[in-house]
Amino acid sequence: MKTKRTAVTRALWRFTSAIGVAAIAAFGVTESHAADDKTSITIGYAVSKSGPNAGGADMTVTPNYELWVNEVNEAGGIKLPDGSQLPIEVVEYDDRSSAEEVVRAVERLATQDEVDFILPPWGTGFNLAVAPLMAKFGYPHLAGAAVTDKAPEFVERWDTSFWFMGGGGDYTSALADILVQARDAGTINNKVAMISVADGFGIDLVNAARPDLEAAGMEIAYDKAFPPQTSDFATILNEAEATGADSFIAFSYPPHTFALTKQAQVANYSPPVFYLGVGAGFPVYSDISSGKMEGVMSLGGIDPNNELNAAYRAKHQEVIGRAPDYWGSVLIYASLQMLQQAIERVGLDRAAVTEELSTGTFETVLGTTKLEDNQLRDIWWTGQWQDGTFVAVAPGDRAGAGSVVLPKPGWQ
Amino acid sequence: MFEHIVNGLVLGGTYALIAMGLTMQYGIARIMNLAFGDTIIVACFGTYLLVSAFALSPLLALLILVPGAFVFSYAVFLALMQPLVARAPNREALEVDSILVTFGLLFVIQGILLVIFGGAYTSYSYLNVGVNVLGTTVSANRLLAFVMALVFGGALMFVLFRTRWGMMLRAVELAPESAPLYGIDVDRVARYAFAVGGALAASGGVVVSMYQTFTATAGVVFTMKALIVVILGGKGSLIGALIAGIVLGIVETLVAAYIDPGLTLAATYAVFLAILLFRPTGLFGSAA
Amino acid sequence: MPTYASLALVAVAVSTLAAAPFYLSDYGVGLLIGMSGYVTLATAWALFSGPTRYVSLATVAFFGIGAYTVAVFSETLPYPLVLLLAAAIGGTVAAVVGLSTLRLAGVYFVIFTFGLAELVRQTVTWWEVNITGTLGRYIFLPFEGRHIYWQLLALLTVTMLIGWLIGRSRIGLALKAIGDDEAVAAHAGIDVTRTKLVLFVLSATIITLVGAIQAPRWTYIEPSIVFNPTVSFLTLIMALLGGPMRLWGPMVGAVPLFLLFEWLSANFPNHFSIFLGLLFILIVFVMPNGVLAKLEGIRKGAAQ
Repeated sequence: MKTKRTAVTRALWRFTSAIGVAAIAAFGVTESHAADDKTSITIGYAVSKSGPNAGGADMTVTPNYELWVNEVNEAGGIKLPDGSQLPIEVVEYDDRSSAEEVVRAVERLATQDEVDFILPPWGTGFNLAVAPLMAKFGYPHLAGAAVTDKAPEFVERWDTSFWFMGGGGDYTSALADILVQARDAGTINNKVAMISVADGFGIDLVNAARPDLEAAGMEIAYDKAFPPQTSDFATILNEAEATGADSFIAFSYPPHTFALTKQAQVANYSPPVFYLGVGAGFPVYSDISSGKMEGVMSLGGIDPNNELNAAYRAKHQEVIGRAPDYWGSVLIYASLQMLQQAIERVGLDRAAVTEELSTGTFETVLGTTKLEDNQLRDIWWTGQWQDGTFVAVAPGDRAGAGSVVLPKPGWQ
Repeated sequence: MFEHIVNGLVLGGTYALIAMGLTMQYGIARIMNLAFGDTIIVACFGTYLLVSAFALSPLLALLILVPGAFVFSYAVFLALMQPLVARAPNREALEVDSILVTFGLLFVIQGILLVIFGGAYTSYSYLNVGVNVLGTTVSANRLLAFVMALVFGGALMFVLFRTRWGMMLRAVELAPESAPLYGIDVDRVARYAFAVGGALAASGGVVVSMYQTFTATAGVVFTMKALIVVILGGKGSLIGALIAGIVLGIVETLVAAYIDPGLTLAATYAVFLAILLFRPTGLFGSAA
Repeated sequence: MPTYASLALVAVAVSTLAAAPFYLSDYGVGLLIGMSGYVTLATAWALFSGPTRYVSLATVAFFGIGAYTVAVFSETLPYPLVLLLAAAIGGTVAAVVGLSTLRLAGVYFVIFTFGLAELVRQTVTWWEVNITGTLGRYIFLPFEGRHIYWQLLALLTVTMLIGWLIGRSRIGLALKAIGDDEAVAAHAGIDVTRTKLVLFVLSATIITLVGAIQAPRWTYIEPSIVFNPTVSFLTLIMALLGGPMRLWGPMVGAVPLFLLFEWLSANFPNHFSIFLGLLFILIVFVMPNGVLAKLEGIRKGAAQ
């Protein structure tokens, strides 16, 4: 019995060590060196291609990465300061919506594939998960699809990080301003019914909204969080309507945004202010609402007269086969253009690129763009569907802003 | 209060509709099918494709997808489950094996959907109009799910209790060991029960796609919901699945209305775990 | 003395593995973290589920509890105390759950444990949203990858040691009897429930610690990140692939599977799910009792 056990142990040990050796060989996990003669610029990214985050990544992040790479390579590549022009070569991984996977994928891109630049994953949580690594390895981190009020704090902690989508407070204070104006004009009453998805995004925004609304003297008549798996909103909308609030606000994800719209149409619930979360700015929203989205508000928006943006939207439609959303997509595409221009100015030295991103001025689809304290602040905070376009309405004093039309017309 | 009951009934109709398919597969065919929800999602995407590319009515999609799912499930049983049934020494071993194989199947289906449709949120609108039911406005598409649950439940119940084939199904469900003694081909019955379960899943998928946003990876949510309903109702019991589905819908609605929408799912799982602990055969299951 | 030889072998192996971070890139260390994490999870899972044949899907419930404990207390308590606290919370939850559920058998236990993981996730979410008013939590502990790896390696060594000791103790014998036939075991005077409970708590405590140790790597924690059901399923399939009845089984399953997943996600980022699914099906059909049993079967077949 004893000898048999040892024989098995020994066989096992051989087996395990053989696998270990094979692993080191197959993955080349020891330090390796990239070739000196560069024929391409390698860009790596890990995004959620499967799992619960795939829906968000597939709308806002991945198509823009693909579009940008396609644009650059069709033009012959990125022109470096020394006059050479190099095409982009992509290394991509699926993080399977797992935090551990995304962390390891970035380690792999940085120390194994030794790519020149790394593009960020989708979502606030995953951007925070990779932020320490990007800073440690000295890669500029263009956090695109991440909404966080702590961006100023993060910039101090990770000095290679850049934040492009603002914080929850930016969006909610813009909304509160709109509500106050409408109330003071006598368009709506003082009451607000507010729901939020019990997930990072929803809670961030609702926590920012409460003090903003209270400071504005609004009364929060209904304030509930619902689980992300919720699919039926009949009861929630009933309760919200029963409070008599003229303003309905939902900090929701796309499945809830769509379901809320359908249920509101069924119940013919059309309050003067109908504000929804992620998804209301998706092109598909027009189908979801059977074309009756006039007056619905959400985060983001575009200036319909901005030709650069219109050209970007047309290109996205042409290359990807569908239109981009009206909020995050254009911001992410702009961040890629900034990266490209920074490389064109200072070359592939990552520290120099980071410095250039931080201090330089760029021409992007947003127009002339400059970061403040490593953050993009020229963002449309609130948009409203007007005549089939999701028009930016706040900040109202920025050039190109449309004006809010309240009350929202009925669903008919 | 009354409106909440109506809303709960209509919500529960969806639960009942998807759960009846699983109870056929699990109770009678003895296969714990973790890929059940993905069958529903396939039907959702199938409907979406027929509606958007061929401009068919979603109701016509039923006529194509339901028989399709029947054939598909029959083939899956023949190819994947039959060998497991043949080699399993007892019911427990079969249950564990079937969980693992269908878990693999889940990933295969999901992977294929991801390749074809990508990970995006998909949704369209159909029959999204209000219908007045006893003073409460409910959406026509959800009402359709409720009606279909009643009709399919009723029809299957009739088959089970009034036909020879139904008697064989029930015999296999109650006494799989002794059914062969009466000349019943258990494997054949199981194959058909599994295929009928798949067809019911597809019918659920077609209706659900009219009002719910779906993604390639959302199948597991349906599987869990269906599983909870099946366990609550007692596995293999159609009437149990029907009633448990509706009870669950009402419980969720009442919790959302009177306690907190944030606790609806916690309440569901609490009810479910309590039933498992105190009455593991379910509300309508026969004592094991 | 063959036993001393094996002991020496194990000692050499552990020290080689402990020295590995000095020679590997960060990605190499990342691989080792992932691997040792899953090997520990699978081994701990098999401690309970192997001999009792209770298939548990509650792995991620305890894993998540561990991660959350660290997220909540990492700012206010010294780190070793946080780990102890995590172990205590995980163990207590396991004891309460175990006391009430271990009489469930077969698929009911499987479903219950899956439901438990969801219930814990929903409850934590609700608590965070409504009571503490936050959802995401930050962990800013000054750990590099290798620090996390060393902790995991230590935990793995302890886990293997526990498994080995159980194998040679009375409780190990009792477990084998329970696995073969619970009724017979009870008649033979074995306190079935107590034995199962001890094992369940032990296994859950180790799993909780894995979650606690790995959490600082993610910086940001929220329920959807730490209660990801995939963890339960991967743990299960790794243990089953190797063979949960043997001490080394889960390791033999976890290491190659982990590497295979890594290879697949790098080379087929768009087809990962399909390959994973086919692999599952293949494992059940080809080696239902695990790789080790298959290897032994082949060896026996060759010897005859």
